[in-house]
This record gives sequence, C-alpha cells and structure tokens, in this order.
Amino acid sequence: MALVDIKQLGISFGGLRAVDNFNMTLEDGQLYGLIGPNGAGKTTIFNLLTGVYKPTDGEFYFDGELMNGKTPIQINKKGIARTFQNIRLFNNMSVIDNVKVGLQNRHHYSMAAGILRLPKFGKMEKEMTEKAMELLKIFDLDAEAEQLASNLPYGKQRKLEIARALATEPKLLLLDEPAAGMNPNETAELMNTISLIREKFKVSILLIEHDMSLVMGICERIIVLLYGRVIADGLPDEIKNDPKVIVAYLGE
Amino acid sequence: MKNKKNIIYAAIAIIIYLLIFALVETGTASRQLQNLIVPVLVNIMLAVSLNLIVGFLGELTLGHAGFMSVGAYAGCLFTISCDLPAVIELPIAFIIGGLTAAVFGFIIGIPALRLKGDYLAIVTLGFGEIIRSILNSMDIVGGSGGLKGIEKSGNYTVAYVLTIITLIVISNVIRSCHGRSIKAIRDNVIAAESVGVNVVYYKMFAFVLSAFFAGVAGVLYGQNLGIIKPATFDFNKSIEILVMVVLGGMGNIKGSIIAAIILTLLPELLRDLADYRMLFYALALIVMMLFSSNPTLVEFRQRLFAKKEGGK
Repeated sequence: MALVDIKQLGISFGGLRAVDNFNMTLEDGQLYGLIGPNGAGKTTIFNLLTGVYKPTDGEFYFDGELMNGKTPIQINKKGIARTFQNIRLFNNMSVIDNVKVGLQNRHHYSMAAGILRLPKFGKMEKEMTEKAMELLKIFDLDAEAEQLASNLPYGKQRKLEIARALATEPKLLLLDEPAAGMNPNETAELMNTISLIREKFKVSILLIEHDMSLVMGICERIIVLLYGRVIADGLPDEIKNDPKVIVAYLGE
Repeated sequence: MKNKKNIIYAAIAIIIYLLIFALVETGTASRQLQNLIVPVLVNIMLAVSLNLIVGFLGELTLGHAGFMSVGAYAGCLFTISCDLPAVIELPIAFIIGGLTAAVFGFIIGIPALRLKGDYLAIVTLGFGEIIRSILNSMDIVGGSGGLKGIEKSGNYTVAYVLTIITLIVISNVIRSCHGRSIKAIRDNVIAAESVGVNVVYYKMFAFVLSAFFAGVAGVLYGQNLGIIKPATFDFNKSIEILVMVVLGGMGNIKGSIIAAIILTLLPELLRDLADYRMLFYALALIVMMLFSSNPTLVEFRQRLFAKKEGGK
C-alpha cells in the first residue's frame, strides 16, 4: 500500500480555488518533487498535508489512515514532519535544544520527573543529547551545538531545520524549498545530504524546489502544479520534455 | 560537573540563610531592614513566577497581583478559620492559596490561548482589577478595610524555604523537556506545532504554575504582615513585578532575583531623601535598564565577567 494517497484534494479561500483536484500517490521510500511557478499552490499543499489548513474537499490517506481534519500535532505524531519556506527556527534557543524539541515527540518524561529530577530525567536527557549530537553530526552542525540558532549562517539554519524535522522520526519529510538562497556549492552539498538521510532514516520525501538541477538530479518522480491544478506528473525526463510544463515556465 | 554546580548552589543558599539568621538574631540589622527580608523574598517569588509567563512563554500579562491576592485571601482565610498547630496549618494554607490562584490561572489561561500581545495584556489587566473590586465589596473578607487578625507566622525561615522551593521548581521545569517546549512556543508557535509541541497544554501549564507560586507568595505576604487589603494588589503591584522581570532580563531567573532584591530595598533605603525619593527611584531604574540592555555596557559587562564564564 502506498504511504501517501491523496484523492481529489482541494481547498478554496472564499472565491479563490487555491488547490483543485490534486491526486498523488507516494510509495514508501520515494523521493517526489513538487514544482510549479510562484503562486501555483505548492506551499498550500504542504499546509494541507500538515493540518495547517483543512481541505474543503477530497481525502488524504497517510499510511492507510484518513488524515482530514487532524491537527498539526496529531499529524506530526503520525509521522509527517516539515520544513518551512521562510525559516522558522527557535531562534533564542541553542542549536542542540532546537533538535531536542523535535526529539521530544518520541522521548518524553513526566512533569514530576522533570521537577524532582528523578532518574528517568537523567536517563532520557542523556539519550536525547546523544541522539541530537548524532543528528547534528550528519548535518555537520555538531561544532555549533551550543550556539544560538539565530547566530548560524543561513545555509546552516536551513540544515538545522531539516535536522529538527528528522528528530521527530517521521516517515514522510516535507521540504519546502530547502535550497532557496543557497549558492551552487551549498546546493550540491544539500543534494548529497538529502540522499544520505533518505538511506539512513528510510524516510520518504516530498520536496518543493525551484532549483531545477536539484529537482532533476535527485527526484524520482515530479509533479507540476499551475494555478492549483496538476498539469504533469511523471519521471524527470518526461517532465523536462512535457510541452505543457515548458509553456508554464517559459511562456509560448 | 552538573552535581558540582548543584552543590555550589546549595552551599550558596545555606550561606545566605545563615547570613540572614546571623543578622537578625544578633540584632546587627536594623529593625527596618529586618522587616524587609520577607517582602524581598515575596517579591523574588513573584518575579520569578511571572518570568515563566513573560520571559519563557513570551506572553505579556499585567494581572500577577490578581493571582497573588486570590491566593492571599484563600490561604489567610483558612488560617483564620482554622485552629491547628502552625506546623500543619501553614503548609496547608500555602497549598490552598497556591491551588486557588492556580484555578484562576487556568481560567485566565483560556483567553490566553486565543489572544496575543497587547490584547492579552488588557484582558489580564482587567482580571486583576475585577478581582480587586470584588474583594473590595465583599464584606466577609473585610471589604476595603482588609482582612485583619491573621496570625503573623510567616517569618523569614518559612519565606526562605518557600523561595528556594519556587526557584528549584521553576528552574528545573525550565531546564527540562517541558521548559524547552515552553521556550519553543515563545520562539515560533507554528514551528513548535509542526514538531508536535502541544501548544495548548504548555501555555496552560505555564499560566497555572506561575499563578500557583504567585498565590503562595500572596499567602506568605499576608502571614507576614497580619493584614491584607485589596488596595495592595492593584495595578501598580502588577507593574512593579513586571518591572522586576524586565529589568532582570526576560527569561533570566538570576536577573529576576537580583532585580527583585534591589527594587524592593531601594524605595525603603531612599526614604531619607523624602521628596526626591521617586526621582532617584526613576533614575535608578534607568541606570539598571541601561546596564542590562545597552549594547556597549553589555559588552563591558561581558568582558568583566569573561574570566568567570571561561572557568565554567
């Protein structure tokens, strides 16, 4: 069974049909790309999948379970994590604490254990620190663990956001323009990191991106959106040569 | 390493207690200073508990005196109507005061889930004033004349123990996963939700815990003074506590403690200046504010303490 099964998903804001008749199936372990011109509705789809918006029609099945109407917290607990187009870190917290907030999704101890410093507190905190450092090492952030997140350079902030999302141990990772504002070297490095985390964490990825070298380079399938509608869905090579896609991007 | 730090803190706590004990019992400290010990401790409890909401959760509330008064009246009514030995009666009174305030914290927490910034500040400000007006018109609790005849059993030892408990509980909460969740909400609500932080629960929790300690501080205040009047818990009191939190630094517990001590002692110590008292008080506030947030001075202070920080 497919990990993600979206049937005729749609949302209207008043008279504006932001997303219409969106269908998609994503198999376990797949890396799907979601592209389209600005304002096509890509981020809206992310917001629908993570429960920020409630779909006006259609169904969204994740792991065989209907997710319509679930809150962002419930959806995260089911195993969907995301990053944001405009970086949203916990700026006044240290880098390692940012990751730990993500880890807390699966690692928890009671209020009493926290206040009275029961043995469970020490054990859990130690485990979380180890796991967080492990994650930071993958993203080459371990040297900055104690720094404030806001003091990181832009590229590293993006990486930290991915690390935080991964810390919640998702089955599906939604990346919203992970390469935005990065130079070609950083983008290439990011491509490697994405491939690496896919193998290491066995996570499926849905990726929004404008950088075509990245999208064509790593995505297994690509879906193209225009004015809230899907105009193409296929392998990268098919998309590259699809006349409708070329028209959407370059005009006639 | 962590244990070593805890031992140092425990040692400091004991030394300060012995110091107060020595000053009071030998009569070295003036009568005026002795009377200020408990109010200082009460204000530390209030400032630290308010810091949980303002500094760590990042919500502005102006009704902390309201929580304090609710707790004070509940706890002190209990001690008046009850005739148990002080050893049993006092802890129960503190718990009753704390819990009553916590219930009100819960009620105020409900709008706090929907309101932000200035709007929440106005709601909490209204809450504080409503509580004061109700207490003013309730004859059972003495109306505007206040609740009299409270046993003065809140001495400095009791106050000191309660302050230490408050500090331990709040700083332990802050340095646990629950505290991280609270700080995550402050920094970015949307991101916090996206990684599964239960925003409703933690906002509520911060309000309830903060109100609880404000209530306990209120009981302590009443037990120390022997009389509580609604007029004491007015808007100015809430602002006074907020000023301590802001001057001490948002989300800085040590800063709150220092600011609470200075701002409680200052008006009393400046009493000799008579008419110029408030002038100097205002000047002192400005100087403190510059010292805690002016970039040049912050840098100077950091250089001053660089050696100490390096040794950590």
